[in-house]
Amino acid sequence: MSEFTLRLRRFDPESGEAPYWDEHTIELEPHRSVLEGILQARGRFDGSIGIRCSCRAAICGSCGVRINGQPGLACHTHLDEALARSQDGTIVVEPMGNMPVIKDLIVDMDAVHWKKVQSVTPWLLAKEPVPEREYLVDREAMVDVTQSMACIQCGACVSDCLAMEVDDQFVGPAALAKAYRFVGDPRDSEHEERLRFLAEDPHGIYTCTHCFKCVDACPKDVNPMGQIMRLRRIAGSDHHIEDRNNGYRHEHAFVENIRRNGLLHEADLLPDSYGGKFHPRAVPELIASMPVAIRGMLRGKITPKKALLHPHKASKELRAIFEKIESKPQRYELNLYVSGTDADNDPAPVEPALTSAEESA
Amino acid sequence: MPEHDVLIIGAGLAGQRAALAAAREGVSVAIMSKVHPVRSHSVAAAGGINAAISVADDWRSHAYDTVKGSDFLGDQDAIEVMCSEAPGEVMHLEHIGVTFHRNEAGELDLRPFGGASIARTAYVADITGQAILHVLYEQLMKHSSTVERYEEWFTTSLILDEDGSCVGVVARDIRSGRMETFAAKTVILASGGAGQCFRPTTNALICTADGIAQAYRAGAPLMDMEMIQYHPTTLAENGFLITEGARGEGAHLLNSEGERFMEKTAPNKMELASRDIVSRAEQIEINEGRGVGPGGKGIYLDITVVPRKRTLEALREIVNIGRDFAGVDITREPIIIQPGQHYIMGGVKTDIDGRTPIPGLYAAGEVACVSVHGGNRLGANSLLDTLIFGRRSGEHAAARSRSMAMPSVSDDALRRDAAMIQEIIARPAVGRRISEIKEELGTTMNEHVAVFRDETGLTRALEVVVRLKEEARSAAIDDRGTVFNQDVLGAIELGYMLDCAETIVVAALERKESRGAQFRTDYPERNDAEWLKHIDINLNGGEQPKVSYSPVTITQWQPEERKY
Repeated sequence: MSEFTLRLRRFDPESGEAPYWDEHTIELEPHRSVLEGILQARGRFDGSIGIRCSCRAAICGSCGVRINGQPGLACHTHLDEALARSQDGTIVVEPMGNMPVIKDLIVDMDAVHWKKVQSVTPWLLAKEPVPEREYLVDREAMVDVTQSMACIQCGACVSDCLAMEVDDQFVGPAALAKAYRFVGDPRDSEHEERLRFLAEDPHGIYTCTHCFKCVDACPKDVNPMGQIMRLRRIAGSDHHIEDRNNGYRHEHAFVENIRRNGLLHEADLLPDSYGGKFHPRAVPELIASMPVAIRGMLRGKITPKKALLHPHKASKELRAIFEKIESKPQRYELNLYVSGTDADNDPAPVEPALTSAEESA
Repeated sequence: MPEHDVLIIGAGLAGQRAALAAAREGVSVAIMSKVHPVRSHSVAAAGGINAAISVADDWRSHAYDTVKGSDFLGDQDAIEVMCSEAPGEVMHLEHIGVTFHRNEAGELDLRPFGGASIARTAYVADITGQAILHVLYEQLMKHSSTVERYEEWFTTSLILDEDGSCVGVVARDIRSGRMETFAAKTVILASGGAGQCFRPTTNALICTADGIAQAYRAGAPLMDMEMIQYHPTTLAENGFLITEGARGEGAHLLNSEGERFMEKTAPNKMELASRDIVSRAEQIEINEGRGVGPGGKGIYLDITVVPRKRTLEALREIVNIGRDFAGVDITREPIIIQPGQHYIMGGVKTDIDGRTPIPGLYAAGEVACVSVHGGNRLGANSLLDTLIFGRRSGEHAAARSRSMAMPSVSDDALRRDAAMIQEIIARPAVGRRISEIKEELGTTMNEHVAVFRDETGLTRALEVVVRLKEEARSAAIDDRGTVFNQDVLGAIELGYMLDCAETIVVAALERKESRGAQFRTDYPERNDAEWLKHIDINLNGGEQPKVSYSPVTITQWQPEERKY
């Protein structure tokens, strides 16, 4: 048994008071979870501590919180790990972000998370005719969508989504992972319509800024950002959806920019995203971006020489990476459920069961 | 006052399936749950769902396996309904979007499971319950105009009219603390099991016997309450479930001598004998000093014999559980497990349409006892039970509600429940803490009402439960607020758990034989002559549980000795 100090952010909506910090010292083995710590504090000292929780085993998705500033499940975070990441020796637990707090660690998921999920038409629009038995579909395709099906709707990714902090209408990581679950499902009949909707939405798939926060936050390895990127690839490369948000062209310009320069040449990126420096679409964008460029120059962050004459060119190694990826007959998609290699089918090298049994005998 | 033709309490698989089925019939439907529907404990069901869908299989074979698994206590008419309707139900789930694993031909893949004579378990990795629950919730979102949802509403009691029919419920909006009377032509209880009466348990913190106790208090009989399933593979420390799918994929159970001890009790099915038999075999190894781990209280589950790629794809969740909650890479080393409380075969007595003896009141899923599981439930039959009888309840309740007028309901029950809550909130802080009472209840039940039982232990357990009931009446709480007052709900849940625990112990004391999950060391044999019957428990208008019996329905399979 070890002692841990939990510092909980409390809020009582009926008191008229501001949120406050509440400390409790609990006693548990270091590998037990922060949730168990909170439940001990609630059981022994203060039954009014509010937290949603149920399964204790990272399956129900109830106990999403922030621990030392990191979003995740309280039941899925060990006390010793939380302590190791703590600033001052106390484990700080706060409600998730990007959602209004109802009480203590309980946030209003309906107002944000579930509303966004509802917006992606989150049900199968099945192909007709419906077969008498099961739809015959590719084995790998079902394993593939299992990764987004593994989402437990805990909201940890929503909590710290940076794009959502800036644009609260952004559909967001969890709902877009849910959208992939249908776009990746061969039984769904409306892939193109779904993708068009998500691409044309000014708060849709192209709003994500690749910050990886959701990938870190997800306790189930759903990799929401990865699912968003796959939606983009399928929308752009397979369905050729050139959206009005210029997301597809921007992404395309980005890749070409790197292919050419190795390092990003920012002065080219913006015009290229709009079809090149002299394209009618690019001119107003370039004019609109001038104040930013001028401010950058005044503060010494860029020089006209660096901005206009990008000296860097793509290396041989980088070109080889492009060649290797582009020479594949099929796009290679990574998925955690489709993992391991055939070599993994070899039996494990040792039999610890027997070894330890012999030792104890 | 909200009024609905069909009001469903609980939003796990049984509840959601009932809601969707009732809504299809065109009546007004509402579903109410104390947690958001996707938090329901159905989410934890891992291994899969049984259905005779392969060409080599037949639903009668599934039914026979279920009857045998139940140790011949299951009602065979109900088992026939469940097993014959299973293939259609699984296809329905597939059509609405469940992402079942496929074989190379693109058909549903099937894995072997305990007590089954053929591979007939359809699955989604080892998150089958989660996948089905989330897909049903997708359907609820799709049908949001026809199914009203009361999410995070806590039911405090069922309302009966003067004729003894169920005409609604009283519930509390957890978020605002507001109490409301709901009038309903029919009420379907689908509020799950009672695992929290035990500690440890695989069950979630929300599994507090709410519906079982509410129906019991309203006068409905409970059946097969003594039949508590101990799952053979749970983590010692916290009771977390390691899916039977692991053994389905080929994992071995080993004692401290490295021996596959199941050879002794089930030479044919080995690790895939029925759960009561495997748990008992494990407990014998532990009791006779061949256990492993701290105090020798565990058994090795060796998953390393399953190809690693297959484990990572099909058993991913337990790879995570092993890593995160036991510090073990199950693809590389064995994990220590033990039998742990998992499921209650008993519950509110119903017929094959989910009807309880109280007119207007239905029950489906773990809260109910049809009885399809009898003395022991087969793995992957619980998801099936929830869906088949959830759907049948929904359909039957919808049909019943069509032919009747909306009952008029008074606010008497609401006033009584509001006063009850006020009394709890106003209690002086002198009594025991609720967490202490829960702990003592759980550990007592796990000590005396577990894999092996006897009269001395059961009598002791009954004494403790009766004392705890008394102590619970003065147990104090800390939260005096109205918004999300989980403390006061905990006090109400404790009352439900204690009522339920009492009926479990009374039934276990009553059954003086060993059958299925009930093994009495003082009556070690199955005794068909005297005990091939259900034990029913009800209050009969009084305060004390009363015992009666009802016959087991036998259609085509006569009791025989069980061998695996």
